[in-house]
Amino acid sequence: MYACRKDEIKPEEAKITFAIPSNFPAPAYNFEDNQLTNAGFALGKKLFYDARLSADKSVSCGSCHQQFAAFANLDHKVSHGVNNCQGKRNAPPLFNLAWQKAFFWDGGVKNIETSPLNAITDACEMGTDIEAIIAFLKSTAPYPDLFKQAFGSTDINSQRILKSITQFTAVLVSGNSKYDRVMRKESGATFTSDELAGYNLFKEKCSSCHTEPFFTDFSYRSNGLDLVSADEGRSHITGVNADFGTFRVPTLRNIEYTGPYMHDGRFYSLDEVLEHYNSGVKASANLDSKLKNGIPLNASEKEQIKAFLKTLTDNEFIKNTLYNES
Amino acid sequence: MKISQYLLALLCPIILLSSCKKSNDEINPNTKSSFTIEFEHQVNGAALALNTTTYKNAKGEDFKINVFKYYVSNIKLSKTDGTTYLVPESYFLIDELKSVSKLITVNDVPTGDYTKIEYTIGVDYARNFAGAQTGALDPINGMFWTWNSGYIFVKLEGTSPQSTAANNMLTFHIGGVVDPSNTIRTYSTEINAANPLRVRTDAKPDMHFIVNAAALFTGTTDISFATLNFTMGGANSVIVANNYAKGLFRLDHIHN
Repeated sequence: MYACRKDEIKPEEAKITFAIPSNFPAPAYNFEDNQLTNAGFALGKKLFYDARLSADKSVSCGSCHQQFAAFANLDHKVSHGVNNCQGKRNAPPLFNLAWQKAFFWDGGVKNIETSPLNAITDACEMGTDIEAIIAFLKSTAPYPDLFKQAFGSTDINSQRILKSITQFTAVLVSGNSKYDRVMRKESGATFTSDELAGYNLFKEKCSSCHTEPFFTDFSYRSNGLDLVSADEGRSHITGVNADFGTFRVPTLRNIEYTGPYMHDGRFYSLDEVLEHYNSGVKASANLDSKLKNGIPLNASEKEQIKAFLKTLTDNEFIKNTLYNES
Repeated sequence: MKISQYLLALLCPIILLSSCKKSNDEINPNTKSSFTIEFEHQVNGAALALNTTTYKNAKGEDFKINVFKYYVSNIKLSKTDGTTYLVPESYFLIDELKSVSKLITVNDVPTGDYTKIEYTIGVDYARNFAGAQTGALDPINGMFWTWNSGYIFVKLEGTSPQSTAANNMLTFHIGGVVDPSNTIRTYSTEINAANPLRVRTDAKPDMHFIVNAAALFTGTTDISFATLNFTMGGANSVIVANNYAKGLFRLDHIHN
């Protein structure tokens, strides 16, 4: 009898969970007011990958946030939005967002839940508004049913849309790179001698801004890309001159896959990035004091740092089928 | 069925008794009721009419208004004994275009006589950075900045021949909660103790406020549309907020 019954039951779907790696601190976002469920996650993921939400039905969140690029935009200097519009900034990768308190290169958005609104409404991203999206979802199967499964009724409003998208984006945790396994002293995980040398150089020369374990201290700094920045950056939000040309220090996790680099995607390779710090830092008005003399790096140091940076690649995250368009 | 009928029979006298008690003890703070606030929009004493009527600012410059909407939140009531009551979740968006929005009902108010009312013109700091909101704070209402988190507290759009902006536009989107551009302002007014706001279970008073849209442009700094015709947060929004903090609202009367 029991065996019979067991055969009839389909294998249960894996329960979607928000897993905090043991080498991470407590998150800023903890789903307190947004109960994580499989149905909420599934809805959020479907919305994330649905290009029909954009003005000309050509661009989804996933268009510029591709899983194989750790949810950054492979080979695109800047976002390529609706009507072939080119944005002005490089699409940042999406992971470990639950630990982030401000979003976008300028930190203008202060809550993960309201972050999608910016991309939805930007004329060069999705070029639409939340009203149009609500109208579309209300009239498009199976969305009303999916909202019912996720929230208990077929009502569709901006809050439910944003909370479900957050159930997808906040669950994107990347914390299982080789670096993480070494830090957690997991069985057999050790750096090679080059990686270890790179890690030591990194701690000496880079980690004051690219702080572990997120490889960013979430501050806004100018790294001397230009004498006068074409993009005002953080001061667009604060109105403070000292913030002109500063941008959020980006994470270096999965850096192997998130090129091109910098807020405007000007560097295609890590070699260019490292050479910038070695020889290219310009005396911009708000240049970070730590970069006054650049970061001198010889050829072997660069190779060692690169070797270390590649230990930040989390292939399990990049290939996790839970997160892909399905 | 039978059981519920018995229950009803038992409960009826209790309900009757308790309602009796309520009307005797009509300002029991444990009983809650509601009151309404009517916001009458004017421009320097004349009724506000969108798009058509020409008004004058304190500098004597002509202007018309196409959009006028604002938030009132965190309504707080005080009694003569100094006790106060903050109405929970009190967020209202008042929009000239939507006449129903100009008459708000404030619920969950303990019965009593109130002699002071205060509220935020705009939205408190925390909600500007909170997660996805609904109701009056739903971003669908066009009062949320998506690129720089936070609510537009007061939105006035219109035209003036003096405006140097394209199509003589006036764009006053006032908001921002971070110093030095914090535009959160509080309005408060005493209520004549002879005719306080008498909140009862069987009587729901109505407060009537005159709202002067021209108060954005005078009070602390007289604004000329030739030099200030566009602001979306920042120092110029602070100038406007300092103006309307003084003269946007005036309590006209209370119907008890």
